[in-house]
Amino acid sequence: MFGYAGRILLIDLSTGKTTVEPLNEEYAKKYIGGIGLGMRLYLDHSKAGVDPFSPNNPLILTTGPISGTMWPTGGNGHTFVSKSPQTFGVGESKAHGSFGTEMKRAGYDAIIIKGKAEKPVYLWVDDDSIQLVDASALMGKSPGETEDAVREELGDYYIRVAAIGIAGEKLSRIACIINDKTRAAGRTGLGAVMGSKNLKAIAMRGTRDVAVAKTDEFMEYVKEFHERMKGPATQKYRALGTPENILVHNSLSCMPTRNYRNSRFEGAEKISGEVLNEKYVAKIIGCSSCAMRCEHEVVVPEGPYKNTMTRMEYESLWALGPYCGVDRLDAIIKAMDLCNYYGVDSISTGVIAGFAMDCYETGILTQQDTGGIDAKFGNAEAMVQLVEKIGKREGIGEVLADGVKFAAEKIGKGSDKLALHIKGVEVTGYDLRCLKTAALGFAVSFRGADHNRHGAYAFDVKGKVNRLIAEKGRGKLVRDMEDVYNLIDSFIVCKFSRGTYYKELPDMAKLYTLVTGYEITPEDLKKAGERIQNVAKLFNIREGLGRKDDNLPYKVMHEPIPDEGPSKGAFVTQAELDLLLDDYYESRGWTKEGIPTKEKLKELGMEELMHIIEPKVGA
Amino acid sequence: MNVVKNIHERKFVSADPDKCVGCQICEYICSMSTEKAFNPLKSRIRVVRINQLINMPVTCRLCENPPCVAACPRDALTQSEETGVISVDKDKCNGCGWCIEACDYGAIMVHPDKKVVFICDLCKDKGEPQCVKWCPEEALDMVTSDTLAQKARITAVKKLFQEAMTKTEKP
Repeated sequence: MFGYAGRILLIDLSTGKTTVEPLNEEYAKKYIGGIGLGMRLYLDHSKAGVDPFSPNNPLILTTGPISGTMWPTGGNGHTFVSKSPQTFGVGESKAHGSFGTEMKRAGYDAIIIKGKAEKPVYLWVDDDSIQLVDASALMGKSPGETEDAVREELGDYYIRVAAIGIAGEKLSRIACIINDKTRAAGRTGLGAVMGSKNLKAIAMRGTRDVAVAKTDEFMEYVKEFHERMKGPATQKYRALGTPENILVHNSLSCMPTRNYRNSRFEGAEKISGEVLNEKYVAKIIGCSSCAMRCEHEVVVPEGPYKNTMTRMEYESLWALGPYCGVDRLDAIIKAMDLCNYYGVDSISTGVIAGFAMDCYETGILTQQDTGGIDAKFGNAEAMVQLVEKIGKREGIGEVLADGVKFAAEKIGKGSDKLALHIKGVEVTGYDLRCLKTAALGFAVSFRGADHNRHGAYAFDVKGKVNRLIAEKGRGKLVRDMEDVYNLIDSFIVCKFSRGTYYKELPDMAKLYTLVTGYEITPEDLKKAGERIQNVAKLFNIREGLGRKDDNLPYKVMHEPIPDEGPSKGAFVTQAELDLLLDDYYESRGWTKEGIPTKEKLKELGMEELMHIIEPKVGA
Repeated sequence: MNVVKNIHERKFVSADPDKCVGCQICEYICSMSTEKAFNPLKSRIRVVRINQLINMPVTCRLCENPPCVAACPRDALTQSEETGVISVDKDKCNGCGWCIEACDYGAIMVHPDKKVVFICDLCKDKGEPQCVKWCPEEALDMVTSDTLAQKARITAVKKLFQEAMTKTEKP
């Protein structure tokens, strides 16, 4: 096989038994790799209704066919798939850096981790040699510290490590898995699944060659994409980076502020991407094989958080900043660094801090509850303290560290109305009240609230549709974007590079064929993207999720935007949401309840999974 | 006289750490162009990332009186008088690693399959080093020690007169 390693590694942490199986070639062609392959394998290796923290819930690590090659942005990706402790449905998250490329050279398309180790261990994958190594000395360490310690212990600087922090050890449902110090498989809480298995880290060393099917043509294509990477399609990411969004979203009045009390932030100028780059960005670096480089490293030059260094992107900046009413970049950078240190998803953490502040301001939480933290909106120190408590799962953090949904259940007093999540996963930096294509994308996202499952906000933000209205046709827009995003996360290329695929599907099909040698048409590829969406949907249906879960947070549907400006008065009504959902399900060929039909599954060649829908649609 | 002239003309691959982003494309293209495979372990240039801010690829510097050549007990390493490139006689080398120990830069590696050492040869078959050609950040360059010294000199003076520089840059 080319591109693919052709092997799957199975590990049972309870018994220490390891098995290597050949990669099912049909799965490879149908589900590509990354999240697609991961979700398909998950259905084979798990039973319906399994508890996310049960030893029987497998944690699946995958690479894509492109991983390990020098394809720009594509050489380095990996994904984790499991049942999410936040959504109780699909959990998946992708990260870049250099871990995925190492895994491919070790010779694996997927690693399926089952069971639970008796004592804390880390998994040491050294080509064909698989060991479980005592990790008791690593407990309590940050993912970054763990990476250094494991390299030191194994005596090889080039070993790549993905690890959890203290939050994953303590099973916080917002825990992430971090590799290369700053690259996180952040969303859906898979760090906690890893923690539940007593698995502190995965260390990887691969020495095999990676070869592609058509080397000369592939290298020509790489060269062409190196040029495209320097062009306008990636300009934003190479220059100011995603923090550019702060002023853009603010001017459109679509930046959720103070836990959705507002949609624009008066302090935006102080924390803009422009200021960040002028005063804080020390260096821009790239992942393995990237020819674009986007990772903005920031360093605080002065003040109480002096010398804090971390990576900064719009979403984290927004969540820890405007969402908490905080207009101090030094504090936002500190909080971001703490998120990486404890190993929590920075988007979720910022949204939780904003939620806690809202509860505090409305009197639902008192200063006694917060352990003395004066959690007013805009209090930068309080935001940092809350992040610290959440990360360590201490004091008020014990209540908050499982995300806003679980926190609201514990706190009660109507706090669920202040909890901004979909399927248990915290919202991201797009005000859904005034971005109605995005609202649909978020509602139907199979991993809960997220912009990265569809990118549908682009239609709204760029003015390609009237973002303030819900209308027929948005379903198809979201559907088509989802299919492409599914492919991006299954090839595993970087979403920031999506604009360099000028012809989108034909370009991606050409890449896939050059790498794997499998002839594939753009139409086949489109179908694969659709298939991946359907397998995710089947995963969720099997776990009991349905139309009722394709929902929007209370505030999005009940509290109109109060701010003067282009979004004033906007919110999403139940009728609008129903119209959008009906339109989307119809365009997907699903029932009114959002269940794929038998005809659809037949069309996609997924007959073997029909048993999942039969209880819903009849045999 | 010829030898002295050569030292000044010898060019080797040098990296600018300010420009390097740590993307390892130099490693990928080196292993691809020399061995038709993507595998950093087969690259003659290796990237070191100390932390997110410090990234730098390292390869052979074509030292004068190279310690690696002197260290080899089997006389497997020789330096070209013309280019300064150090070549490895695969029949003589037994992968003992004395040269690796002698090199201050870690620019010599044992080949993972062949079990003999390998060193940057400036892509002599391809006309120019492929890493320099492919580096998307233009962080790699072919330099002589003289041009390196010049560059360093200019940077140092610019730093000393930073204030005056910014004044002149803004009309």
